[in-house]
Amino acid sequence: MSIAISVKHIHKTFFSVEALKGINLEIKQGEFFGLLGPNGAGKSTLLNIMSGLTRADSGNIAILGHDVVTDYRSARLNLGIVPQELVFDPFFTVREVLKIQAGYFGLDHRCNAWIDELIEALMLSDKTNTNMRALSGGMKRRVLIAQALVHKPPVVVLDEPTAGVDVELRKSLWVFIKKLHREGHTILLTTHYLEEAESLCERIAILNHGKIVALDHTTTLLDQGVGNQRSATLFFTETPPPLSQDITSLISKQDRLSITVEFDLSRITLPVLLEQLKKQGCKVRDIQTEQIDLEDIFIDTIQRNKP
Amino acid sequence: MNWLGFRTLFIKETMRFTKVYLQTLFAPMITALLYLLIFAQVLEGRMDVLGDFSYTAFLIPGLVMMAVIQNSFANSSSSLIQSKVTGNLIFVMVTPLSYLEIYLAFTLAAVLRGILVGLSVYIVALFFVQLPLFNIFYIIIFVLMSSAVLGTLGVIAGIWAEKFDQLAGFTNFIIMPLSFLSGVFYSIHSLPPLWQTLSHFNPFFYMIDGFRYGFFGTSDVNPLFSLGVVATFLVGLASFTLYLLHSGYKIRD
Ligand SMILES: Nc1ncnc2c1ncn2[C@@H]1O[C@H](COP(=O)(O)OP(=O)(O)OP(=O)(O)O)[C@@H](O)[C@H]1O
Ligand SMILES: [Mg+2]
Repeated sequence: MSIAISVKHIHKTFFSVEALKGINLEIKQGEFFGLLGPNGAGKSTLLNIMSGLTRADSGNIAILGHDVVTDYRSARLNLGIVPQELVFDPFFTVREVLKIQAGYFGLDHRCNAWIDELIEALMLSDKTNTNMRALSGGMKRRVLIAQALVHKPPVVVLDEPTAGVDVELRKSLWVFIKKLHREGHTILLTTHYLEEAESLCERIAILNHGKIVALDHTTTLLDQGVGNQRSATLFFTETPPPLSQDITSLISKQDRLSITVEFDLSRITLPVLLEQLKKQGCKVRDIQTEQIDLEDIFIDTIQRNKP
Repeated sequence: MNWLGFRTLFIKETMRFTKVYLQTLFAPMITALLYLLIFAQVLEGRMDVLGDFSYTAFLIPGLVMMAVIQNSFANSSSSLIQSKVTGNLIFVMVTPLSYLEIYLAFTLAAVLRGILVGLSVYIVALFFVQLPLFNIFYIIIFVLMSSAVLGTLGVIAGIWAEKFDQLAGFTNFIIMPLSFLSGVFYSIHSLPPLWQTLSHFNPFFYMIDGFRYGFFGTSDVNPLFSLGVVATFLVGLASFTLYLLHSGYKIRD
């Protein structure tokens, strides 16, 4: 199988910030790849170098064998990028924006059918003649995705496509992106939601402070314990009696009628925990499980990867 | 050459100003006509102008060229700074368009706006005064090259400015004074010697002087010399702009 995105020795410094410290990465054609990492890790910087928005200080990136600097025309024809920022041109309507974007890539009216298809797939049909300014944030996000796809790029790069998007729309976006993947597109995405990466990506790289600290198949990483941490807050109907040592050791925060526990799935599961609490005389009224905090997982991964 | 891409960007840049034609085409025409009414009223008969032409006739080509100068500059500069500030310049930067294609599209749209405003000022002015037409070749070549110079300057200013007030500074401290002091309202022969000399360092002076030659057949300096000056500026500024774009200055981190 050939290489869709090849990243070699990429360094990038902004003034005093070393955003990327020698990144090497190969993403195969047809792969669904996730790039994770905390805020400021350098994810967007790497993606922007791929699309030509940023220049690397050294190293090179090729899209399907085309260098993004020396052979930028071919590289960009093969790449579609959905930027992280919600940018738009307030002068135009949705359809105008898409036709203009297609035109930049040298496509004429023959791509109108494809534009219609994109509009339909991204549920923008009743907004085609609406000015960009008058769209909601989620709609603007969908237009950004459509814009990135007007030239049917074989490699699609999405920088946090689901940031600020409601649950319903997020699901439909994933259905759409999965379909693109099934049709043969190579997908590279960044996200802060581990569940998304878990369920979609075949391989994951974790970036921290401009370095790749973990890179493997999603299942392998999960088996290593990445993503096993859970956090839950339990609410009681009355003040619980003193708890046993193996439970108190999990507690990170305690109030009169609630406790917050953090635990590793490989050691204990929520049903087992509940059973034990019940045995010790606690009356659990409600449970609130937290969104799995990626930062903790990164920190965990980073700790384990320290020499 | 990505012709379709270039054409699309040119059309987009054109749509951008035609969509707000009241502000971009109509308002500047009205401004120019206000100058015409006021200055012609006050100064007719009091100004020493070239040959035997009326002051009002003398004034019109100057006002037309000033409108061309200011609007060509305004078009490319405001489009670029808006795209930069709102961030949508990236939609152009991720495409296979080359720097040359981007530069040409922005500049040609600026040329088009300059010509449209200039032409409308000219046509309306014809209702007020009879204007001779000596050689249309000079008229066309000076309009094209001057608007291209200003469209290019607009691209430079748009790349350089990071905020709207920096661009306003460029407009108000460079473009406006140079265009007002270029001989729109007077023949530089009526100026004191020092100011006459200084005017020769103002590139806009050659644009207006050469343009006027196309109407009257007389001018302060040889029109071919003016043509040479404007052409040199155009080539110099265009090369500089391509260099800037190529270096990624302020548009690619
Ligand atoms: N244009 C810029 N000028 C200066 N510093 C920058 C610029 N772009 C990024 N940086 C810095 O580079 C580092 C990496 O930023 P980047 O945007 O790539 O992070 P990220 O992983 O995408 O973060 P997030 O998850 O918040 O989007 C940060 O320290 C950031 O401040
Ligand atoms: Mg980012």
